[in-house]
Amino acid sequence: MITLLIIASIALAILLLLSLLFVLRAPSYADCILTTQLVGTIGVAILALLSVIQDQPYLLDVALVLALLTSITIVTFTQLRGKSQ
Amino acid sequence: MNVTDIFSVIFCLAGLFFFCAGTVGLIRFPDVLSRLHALTKADNLGLGLMVIGLLPQLSSLTDGLKLMLVWGLVIFSSAACSYLIASQVINEQSLKTPAPPSVESK
Repeated sequence: MITLLIIASIALAILLLLSLLFVLRAPSYADCILTTQLVGTIGVAILALLSVIQDQPYLLDVALVLALLTSITIVTFTQLRGKSQ
Repeated sequence: MNVTDIFSVIFCLAGLFFFCAGTVGLIRFPDVLSRLHALTKADNLGLGLMVIGLLPQLSSLTDGLKLMLVWGLVIFSSAACSYLIASQVINEQSLKTPAPPSVESK
């Protein structure tokens, strides 16, 4: 089972790489913020998988902080963009 | 592999499928709002399936509660942030294309 979970986390890392390549040719500002949300969600999933694979429960705390920071980042950048117009 | 391991693997692979669907939607969809639609639905479903799959593998009850808390936080923040991004996109589109004068005369 651990092997299959490692394969799942590697596949999630490949999806993360694809979404980061999408940022390089993102058509608009909102697409970059969207990719931030995708990276946050995939990062939380990878950290939850790693906490089970390595049997380290503190990685769940890291996942919690990552989820919180992603939402704060998105709120901040949308509000900054709205004010500058 | 016992029953809980098979349960975990099935749910994790289902979550991986939804993550793949969300990423392909982000890369392939033509419009910003349709990309937003693909991300905010498919990814949260994938994360939820992965959390359900990982729950029986955790060692203590507090870790399970923490994982459920992470899932709830991601769902809550994704709903709020998708609303913010969509309102910003609509504002920018309305700034680019000004309202036709016939609406104002009525």
